Amino acid sequence: MRKNRTKLIVLAIIAIISILLFCLYNIQGGFSYAFPKRVERVLAMIITGTAIAYATVTFQTVTHNRLLTPSMMGVDSMYEVVQTVIFFFAGSASIFVVSRYLNFGLSIAAMVLFALILYRFLFRADKHPIFLLLLAGMIIGTLLGSLVTFLQVIIDPVEYESLQSRLFASFMNVKTELLLIAIVILVASFIYGYRLLRDLDVMSLGRENAINLGVNYDKIVLKVLILSSVLIATSTALVGPITFLGLIVSNLAYQFFATYKHSVLIVGASLISIIALVGGQFLVLHVFQLSTTISVIINFIGGLYFIYLILKESRKAG
Amino acid sequence: MIEIKGLSKSFGKKPVVENVSLTIQPKAITSFIGPNGAGKSTLLSMVSRLLDSDTGEVFLDQSDVKKMKSNEFAKRVAILRQSNHLNVRLTVRELVAFGRYPYSKGRLTPEDEEHIDRAIEYMTLGDMEQKFLDELSGGQKQRAFISMVIAQDTEYILLDEPLNNLDMKHSVQIMKILRKLVDELGKTVVIVLHDINFASVYSDRIVALKDGRLVKDGPTNDIINSEALREVYDMHIPVQEQDGCRICVYFNSHS
Repeated sequence: MRKNRTKLIVLAIIAIISILLFCLYNIQGGFSYAFPKRVERVLAMIITGTAIAYATVTFQTVTHNRLLTPSMMGVDSMYEVVQTVIFFFAGSASIFVVSRYLNFGLSIAAMVLFALILYRFLFRADKHPIFLLLLAGMIIGTLLGSLVTFLQVIIDPVEYESLQSRLFASFMNVKTELLLIAIVILVASFIYGYRLLRDLDVMSLGRENAINLGVNYDKIVLKVLILSSVLIATSTALVGPITFLGLIVSNLAYQFFATYKHSVLIVGASLISIIALVGGQFLVLHVFQLSTTISVIINFIGGLYFIYLILKESRKAG
Repeated sequence: MIEIKGLSKSFGKKPVVENVSLTIQPKAITSFIGPNGAGKSTLLSMVSRLLDSDTGEVFLDQSDVKKMKSNEFAKRVAILRQSNHLNVRLTVRELVAFGRYPYSKGRLTPEDEEHIDRAIEYMTLGDMEQKFLDELSGGQKQRAFISMVIAQDTEYILLDEPLNNLDMKHSVQIMKILRKLVDELGKTVVIVLHDINFASVYSDRIVALKDGRLVKDGPTNDIINSEALREVYDMHIPVQEQDGCRICVYFNSHS
């Protein structure tokens, strides 16, 4: 237990160092101009990082599955669908695009709704094997992806330009006015979710043991599924989809902390997530000179890590 | 006292438990026996609210189990199922400590620690309490889970085939501990067993199921005789007396 506390402190220090580096390194032009800009970006990364970490760890506990994340089930693709449909039918000059709040609200609502309908079909009382869920997620993702591509092919090229910038996760053009709402949603979710943490510890013993120990299992599963889709939707609507981040940080946290305690796992995963985003963005800015984006790097590393996890899992089963 | 009234359950169109009513006697070991697919585990799951029944009710001291708060129920009835694969890495002591969850919600008090110590001692797990569960043998793991249920300190302990995959020594050890729980601590134990000789030697009462229906319910000696057993298992089962215990010698029987 003490070891884990040390690990958390070390991670926190690394996170703070990367945040300071990001905010202060090689600051040019007017400090009073550049510094607040950078702080905004860092804030967006901290919000996104914690939201994704929290959502993924809790989601994986209630689904008893460490390879699935809400993003991979197609919640992210739903964001692309919403944006594309809006741009296609209403156009980039419409109120749905111009009003950031309306766009934000619509995206979140659509993603949460989609997630809940999906879970309703996939996680009903009977247990489904992992591969079936993964397959279902993949197929739904592909379906939504094709839909998006179809609309993008026939859309006006000018509209397409402005749509594109929305669909890649980017911390360079954070929608500042949305930061505050995102913080409010995040804090509210954490306060609401705090009481569930200990129940989640028990739920990692499996459904039957959890019910035996007096946990109101099905109710908590529902709460967590709602909470995690709200958080993923918020982070996606804020900066765009970063599909594999959740998978990387949750699994690194399981490996690194080897505990059942969600308080430790979630804080740990959040710190790893912040380090990955802030540190990664720092590299993008100062090493790659903006020749690539953070979401490309994370999805590349995340994809490799995912393949590694699947191979490890299948070796264990075989 | 647990009263089961008209419980039924179907999976798809196949009825698994049909209209079963019985009363579990307090401060005794009741064994559920019967052929494969008789509905023993399903019945136990419904009594312990792991599974919703299609029709019928279960009453715990006159109150409907479905209307009880899950946390209050967890302080009075414990259930242990046969599959105990865990996704997380836990030490024996951490697992046993989970047994106190209905009382302390994860914040252990000194009283909880005492219960945990006692439960570990009861299952003679003292020298391996800091070991991880995945380092233990099947029998040791099983004992750790039973230890958790003992730490839960409920009046009723329901066990679904706890002797599965255990060798003779550990089976006997576990049955003796269950006997002690009933005789010394006044617990009520309900257990699903496959080996009728364990049922015969250790239980006070036997409930026999077949094709989802209740066929026999009574004191052990009324059930462990060739005549009654034929009704349950459809085969001739000679019964011999050995040191005051009735042993079924069915290994070479002709039906």
